[in-house]
Formats: sequence, C-alpha cells, structure tokens
Amino acid sequence: MKPVVIIGAGPAGIRAAQTLVAQGVRPVLLDEAARGGGQIYRRQPANFKRSAVKLYGFEARKAKALHQTLDTLREQLDYRPDTLVWNAEADALDTLHEGRAARIEFSRVIVATGATDRILPVQGWTLPGVYSLGAAQIALKFQGCAIGERVVFAGSGPLLYLVAYQYAKAGAKVVAVLDSSPFSAQVRALPGLLSQPATLAKGIYYRSWLSAHGIPVHQGATLQRIDGEQRVRSLNWSDAKGEHQLACDAVAFAHGLRSETQLADLLGCEFAWNPLNRAWLPQRDRAGRSSVAEVYLAGDGAGIMGADAAEMAGERAALAVLEDNGHPIAPQRCVQLEQSLTRINTFRKGLEQAFIFPEHWAANTADEVMICRCEEVRAGDIRQVVREGHWEINRVKAHCRAGMGRCQGRMCGAATAEIIAGESQRAVSQIGRLRAQAPVKPLPFGLEVES
Amino acid sequence: MALLKRLAEGDRPAVNFTLDGQPASALLGDTVLTAVLTCSEHLRGSDFSAEPRAGFCLMGACQDCWVRLGDGRRVRACSTLLETDHHITREPGRSL
Repeated sequence: MKPVVIIGAGPAGIRAAQTLVAQGVRPVLLDEAARGGGQIYRRQPANFKRSAVKLYGFEARKAKALHQTLDTLREQLDYRPDTLVWNAEADALDTLHEGRAARIEFSRVIVATGATDRILPVQGWTLPGVYSLGAAQIALKFQGCAIGERVVFAGSGPLLYLVAYQYAKAGAKVVAVLDSSPFSAQVRALPGLLSQPATLAKGIYYRSWLSAHGIPVHQGATLQRIDGEQRVRSLNWSDAKGEHQLACDAVAFAHGLRSETQLADLLGCEFAWNPLNRAWLPQRDRAGRSSVAEVYLAGDGAGIMGADAAEMAGERAALAVLEDNGHPIAPQRCVQLEQSLTRINTFRKGLEQAFIFPEHWAANTADEVMICRCEEVRAGDIRQVVREGHWEINRVKAHCRAGMGRCQGRMCGAATAEIIAGESQRAVSQIGRLRAQAPVKPLPFGLEVES
Repeated sequence: MALLKRLAEGDRPAVNFTLDGQPASALLGDTVLTAVLTCSEHLRGSDFSAEPRAGFCLMGACQDCWVRLGDGRRVRACSTLLETDHHITREPGRSL
C-alpha cells in the first residue's frame, strides 16, 4: 500500500500528521529541516538553553504544543527530517537525505511547503549585512545572533514590527524601523483587523513597545538604497519630508511573505491569480483539495494566512484525505475549521490594507538595481528584454536569466514580475507565471541512489 | 571583523575549524554560516562580479551561502551544523 505523504513539518504538516494518526493512518512526514516546527516555530539546536517564552514570546504556548505533538507522534509516523523533496511527479516524490537520493511513491500527498520573505530589492541589497526579515529572525531564534551591531528594519508586514521588537528585547541595537505603509492605511485597515482582536493587540503592543523604548518608527518610509564597500555602512530612506541617511551595519527588509509553490506546480496543480497575495497560487477548495485528485494543499505554501490558519488548514486537509479514503469523519469539525479559516481570511485582508503593497516600487526602481542576485541581472537588463518585445515572464527569463539561477526565482520572482509588468504596461497578473523546474533546489553531483 | 553579533547562548563548548586554511573557533550548535560570520564578513564571492556575499534568507531558499568543505562537498552554510575539524573554504567567485 502506498502511504499518505506530508511535505513539510511546520504548523500545517504536523497538525495534518496528527489528524491522520488519530484515525490509524501512518503517514510519511518529510521535512527539509533537522527539527520540526517550520520557520515560525523553528527549534534551536538541542544544546541551546533559552526558554520557549524567550524564543517565541506570546506564541510560546502554541510553539511548545506543536513541538510536543510531533515528539509524541514520532513512533506513529514515518518521520524523515533533513529530507529535501526536489522533484514531484504524478504518484511519486524524489528526495535527498544525507547525500542519498530516494523515490517515495504516494497514494495521496499533503503539500505544506510554507513560505519565504517577499523581496522588493533596493540598490545595495546584496551587500553582506543585508538580510530578509525572516533571516534576521532565524539568526536570533535559531542561533542567538543578531545580524549586526546596529540594525535597521525596513519594508512592511507583521514580521517588521515583530522582529524589530524581538531584537530590541534581546539586547540588540535597533537603529530604526522604516515601515513603507502610511499610517492612514493602517487606520483604514482597522475594521478588518478587528476580526482577530488578540492578534491585532499583539501588533499594537510591539509597535508601542518600540516607541516606548525610544526606537524611532517611521511610517510612509521608503528604503532607497544601502551603501557600503565590503559590508553595510549606511542607508538612505525617504518620506514626505525628504531623503534621510542613517548609519548602520545591518539591514533586514521584506514586504510580507510569498508561498513556496514549486512542488504543487510539479505535481500538476492548476494555478490561479490571487489578488490578495498578488501571486499565482495553486487552486484549492475550502478543505484543501487541489485540482489534482491525490494532491492536497495546506498552510502558507498555498497562500499566506499565518501559523494559526496553517494548523487549521493542515487538520482540514488531513480530514479531506481521510474522507476521500472512506474514513468516517466528523462533519461539524470540518465546518468549524472552515469557519475559523474564513475569519482569519478577513483578518488577512485587513493586514493587506495595513501593510499595503508598494505599487510604485517598479516605477521607482532604477535600471542599475540588481533584481536577480544569483545571475546578477539588473532592472535595466529586464527592461531591455521587454523593450525587445517580450513580456511573458518565462520568455523574459530565457532572454536575460532573471529567475534562472540557483534560487529559481524565490528571491527575485516577485520583483521580476513587477518590473516586467511596469515596463510592458500590463497588469502583473497578465505576464504569466514563473514555471517551477526540477530539481527545485540544487543537488550535489554523484548522488547515490537508494535501491 | 565579525558580521554577526552573538547575543545569547554563549555558554557552549568551543569547536575548532579552519577557514581558508587559517585556524578558527566557534561554538557547538553553530551553523557553518554562524561560525564563519562571527569571525569574518562574508561567505562567498558572487558568480559574475566576485562581490562579497554573506547569505540572505537563512532558510535554505536563496542559495547564496554555499561554501566548500575539506572533503570536497559543497554545502549551504545556513543549514549545515559546524563540526570539529571542518575545513571550510570560501570560493572567491568570478568576474566577467
């Protein structure tokens, strides 16, 4: 019998596994990380000693509960940490574990691949000392390090204030927080945000804490450029009052998150443009069923909704798997989960208003700004290809290699799409979707294949 | 000069390694990225201008932290834990 396979041991994957185990199913749980939890509840190495409250703050209880669930389930799962899924086909996944390749056939698969930061590059973003917001958080949470001595946080999204707060609280020098969204946007967003008052309260708390501790928080503030020779030395930012310079040795920036959709793509899922995420996402029904009968989607990998929603979506997708396998399931639990997910989606819409996407980013980005850091393709190189008559993103990639490097467009894909849309005067939804390619991450040469 | 600054978890055993042939030391539980960037400022040179890079995403997505180990393996520094006697070399990158 081919197993049910779950890809990703974050909030969605762990709850999916728990739901399957409760019905006597023994799923395979594949995770690229050494210890489960996903990025949000990433665990520090075993010999580190900080408490869960130190690491996860208000979310400590949820993080601990999730970790405990995985630890308790271990014997009832085929749990495979340190395992990369690098290819996916109709009924099988190709994996890499400790330098050895293997193929796993599945009867059904739950794809819970999570997200990475959405990056809108600025001049100087490849300098040592510049990291994504998620990276800044991982450095602290997973390694007990700050990304520098004097850190500026920039961009937008809930992570902006959270990570700045975590840094200041851990004793790092936070020079400033530069939020690209204007204050007025956050006022307009309040009705939607009030659908999750506890989450809203936490956001307001981080923000107020920073101000109360004398850390400058600027709204409507655009990161213009980062300067330095071998590493960050200063940055320039602007607001309605003009351009300003700040001395710093590290910058963390991002504009929200983007879903990791490569495996859903390779599995043949249909995609649709999602205006809220400003991205192409694999289509799913309320339960998490994709357009492919054996493939289910859960968590941020299928659209950004955060960790609480991921736990619910993981459970809901697993219930769908069980239902489709003929197990009796509790319909009221399904309804409950779907209603909660709908409420979180209302909040998500509020967040998108509060941390509004900087629509003018592409128009304001100079030709010399590096967009693709793997292949070193600049905005001007992409625009040149568009001026030659190309506007479909995969064609543009073929001509100038933006998105063709080792990261496969994870870091530059969203930005490349914005630049192409701007230059070709099309909507960003009208320039096509960057296709996934196997292997989705680089593989070593001389791979040993397990029989 | 270090790029990263340690704020917590300093009470761990030391792990010795070499960086580009020079002896260096970090702490047990450090990733290769942390080990290298707490005693220096970059991890690799870029492929087309040899400019210094020091990783970016720290979660195995950006592929901008690859280094070479003594046994010939190339590894992502952010997702590889440092081991005693790792011989880490940084690739200088290439310019056009």
